[in-house]
Formats: sequence, structure tokens, C-alpha cells
Amino acid sequence: MRDNMQKLIHTFAALADLGQEIADTSDFEEMMRASLHLLLGTLAIRRGAIIEYVSEEQKLRFVAARGGGSEELPADLELESEDVEGLMSLGLCGLTRDVQSPAFVQFAEKFRGTLDTLSVELVVPLVVRGHLIGLVLLGGKASEESFTAEDRDVVCSMARHIGVGMHTHRLLTELEQRAAENRHLYEGMREIYKDTVRAFAAAIDCKDKYTQGHSERVGKYSEIIAREMGWSDEEIEGISIAGYLHDIGKLVVERDILNAPYRIDAKQSSELNRHPAAGYEILSPIRHPYADISLMARYHHERPDGRGYPDGLTDEQIPFGAKIVALADSFDAMTTDRPYKKRRSIEDVFEDFRRNTGKQFDQKVVVALCRALLKEVEGETKDRRMHKLLGKGYLEPERVLPPLRKLISDLESGAYNVVSSHA
Amino acid sequence: MAESSASNPVRSRCIGEMAVVYAGDYLNKLSGERIERECRRQLAAGCRALVINFRDTGLVNSIGISILLGVIDAAEATGAQLVFSDVNKSTVELFEMLGLTRHVALAKSEQEALDTLSEFASEHGAAGH
Repeated sequence: MRDNMQKLIHTFAALADLGQEIADTSDFEEMMRASLHLLLGTLAIRRGAIIEYVSEEQKLRFVAARGGGSEELPADLELESEDVEGLMSLGLCGLTRDVQSPAFVQFAEKFRGTLDTLSVELVVPLVVRGHLIGLVLLGGKASEESFTAEDRDVVCSMARHIGVGMHTHRLLTELEQRAAENRHLYEGMREIYKDTVRAFAAAIDCKDKYTQGHSERVGKYSEIIAREMGWSDEEIEGISIAGYLHDIGKLVVERDILNAPYRIDAKQSSELNRHPAAGYEILSPIRHPYADISLMARYHHERPDGRGYPDGLTDEQIPFGAKIVALADSFDAMTTDRPYKKRRSIEDVFEDFRRNTGKQFDQKVVVALCRALLKEVEGETKDRRMHKLLGKGYLEPERVLPPLRKLISDLESGAYNVVSSHA
Repeated sequence: MAESSASNPVRSRCIGEMAVVYAGDYLNKLSGERIERECRRQLAAGCRALVINFRDTGLVNSIGISILLGVIDAAEATGAQLVFSDVNKSTVELFEMLGLTRHVALAKSEQEALDTLSEFASEHGAAGH
């Protein structure tokens, strides 16, 4: 009576421990090793193994084994389809080796070497939802007594737990593989999207022969400014794309206006000024992987003082990204040659910033661009992107550093507040 | 007499061709496999008799039983003597119920185990302690 009670407590404790082991899916091999220990230790079985059925390769792979005389796991067992059917026919509680089931006899004959090494007496198929998941092989008990019906019930219960654990692990692995494939596909789609954006930017710049490479440079300057402002990688990618596409509305502006080798008249200017709104119309139906791309195109000619277009927004109303693209756009316009004027010196550009910060440009954005320039001139950047974009000799340290440091200091002192034309 | 190194969390000591391995509180977890490994290491190093001391071991669960069966296997494979010492009453009952006592002797204390093994060694002409 006392023996039975102790046996019951020992078995229940093992079942509870097995439940915990199966729930922890972080390390499959450890889970299986602990499960085998628990199964063997419950009935003091001296040898045993847990085997996984790999259906794609039609073989049995040992995932845990004890008592075979070696710490190495036994070699895989190659199966044929009739073997699988035979194993399934053993029933959920398995068969002892002395039972003369034809399927079992065939299996035992085929794998006699492995079964003998582990002194296998009981074979229990792991079946989940009608599918063979694996197998448990068990040797004799330390007591040298035969397996009783109660012993087989215990083994059967524990084997079901182990089968479910194995199945869950398999599902999780498949899920992780699918997630990895999806991530890979998503990355591929993002690359296609970026290539498409670059192609669009090239198309825009092709239409306007005087501003070739402008969209790409605005994308790069926007990226540099956003990085200096501490934006996340995702946001930086978004602002870069907005920079590439900011002038997409120029595709609907007549080529003669874009390419006029003279200062255009008021009517033509009005036609040209349609491009931000046209860009918004083109971009807004597209589901971009980044936020507000179409708004940045629409508002890249808005000004904090409210004198911009198309909507005459004032400081707080203008999306921050649009303020970045606006400065990147103007900076590139000032620092590249145009048919009707040569590019301006960097000192002139700084003077423009001084005059227009708070009116045309946002103060924080100008400071960020100036700080990025300072890092570049002081040699703190590895890739020297600004030098590449602006060309050799444009950022000579002796000329650039004193006015740049003074400008940053003045801008940060708060001397350049927003001056609203509506005030 | 040599104690096992500090880097090995399983405490053991060697007395001639005998070794004592302390089960401690490791036995009932997967980390208890270290006890089995330590026993195998001692046996591989030429140890002919092994005492496992359960002085600091409360209950023994199924993982612990399985690990001890591994130690029994290893001892039998090398022909070494195996004695469990300082086993508490409920664990003795568990070992008896599961049939472990068919394969291993029990001793009340580590000293008793060592004395028994020494006697056995001298009776059988081994070069033990």
C-alpha cells in the first residue's frame, strides 16, 4: 500500500516535471534529453531513446538516448513507407518486443542491431493528429520485472506529452522558417521599391537637363540632415525616399519651362509652381512603406514665415520632414551650377542661411545641416559624403571652419526665430 | 587524497583507487549529468570503487534516478564497485521500490562505505586503500 502510494507520488511528480520541460521550447535537444531522463527515471528503466521521424527524408533520427554505452547518439534509421505504416499500427501504447505483431517483427528484424544495443523491450510510436512524429524505445527496468499494464499506461501518457512537445517544436521551427522567408521577401520588395524610386528620380532629372542628379542629391542631403537630428534608421530611409521623389510633380510640367535657358515669366512660374501639388497627386495613391512621402513632396516649397506654396502654411503647420527636404533642395540649388548662374561659394550659402533661417528655413534643420558640414570638414566622417556631393575643393577647412562655427553659435543662441508674414 | 578542482562544481575526492562523489543538490536537474560525467571521469582514471554521498540530497526525482542508472551502467561496464552512502529514509524506500538496490549497495555513512570497499578490495587482492 505504502509502496503504491510512493510510486504514485513519484509518477505524478515526473508528469508535472515533464509538463514543465515540454512547455520550455527554447532548447529542443535539452527538452528531449530531460524528457528521456524523466521517462526512464519514473519506472527506473535503464536504457532508452527518443527518436524523431523526419518524413521528408523518411528516416528516424535519434534526439536523445541513454544507456547505449556511448554518449554519441546512434545513427539514423532509414525507413520505407511500409515501415511507417507498421509503426503506426503498433497503437498509441506501443508493443513489447515479445509480442508477435507482424509489423513489429518486421521492424525489429530490420533494426535488430540498434534495438539490441539499447536492449529494447518496449516500442512506443509518437503519434499526433494521426501522423507519426517519432518513436520512444525503452529497455528493461532496473527491477528486472516485466512492464505491467500500469507501467505501460504511464509510459503512454508521458510519450504523448513528448510527442506534443516534439510536434510543437516542429511547428515553431516551420513558423520561424516562414517568418525568415517573409522577411527575406520583404527586404527584396523594399529593394525593388528603392530601385523604382531611384529610376523615378532619374526620370525626373532627365526631363530637366539643368538639374541632373538633383533628386538623388536632395535625397542624400535629407538623409544626412535627418541622421544628424537623431532620427531612426526607418525614418531616415523614409526622408531619403521623400528627397528622391520631391520633384516628381515636374513630370507634368512642360519640358520647355523646365529647360528654359532664361528667367521664366510669371505665367510660366505659376505653371512650374504646380509641381508640389502635382507630386502629391501622383504619390498619395501609392502605399509607401514610409509615412508622409506625399506630404513631404507637397510641402517642400512651404516656408515657416507662411510665404511658401502651394498652401501658404506657417511654421507649425509644415511637416518636419518637408522642412528637411526644403533645406536639402535649396542647399543643392545653391551649391550646383545652373544654366543661368554659377554655384555660390560656401560663405555665400552661410550668409543665405543667416538671412533666411526662421523665414524660409527651419532653425533646427539649418543647425543640423551646419553640424553635419562641420563634422565633415573636421574629418569626423568616414564616408566623406558631403565632399563627394559638393566636389573637391568646395569645403576647404581654413575657409569654411571660422564662418561655419560662428553661424552655428549664432543659430543656437536663438537669434533666428520664425518671422511670420502673417504676423 | 585529491579534491576535484574549483572549476568543477561537482565535489569529489580520491582515496587511492576509491573515489567519493558528492551528489549535492544537482542531481534532480539536467545539470545533474555533471555528477554522472564526474563518476565516468573517475572510472576512466582507474578508480575501482565509487561512493556517491547523498548527505546534502533531499528528495531524488525521476531525473535523478535516470542519472544514477547511468552511473550504475558505467560502474558495471568497468567492473567497479558502487556504494551509495548517507541516503535518507524516503530515498532508500524509493531506491528499493524502483529496484536500484539490486545493483548498488547502501551504507549509512561515507566512512562505512569506504571501510566496506576497502575490506572487499583486500579480500579480492586489489591494490586498494
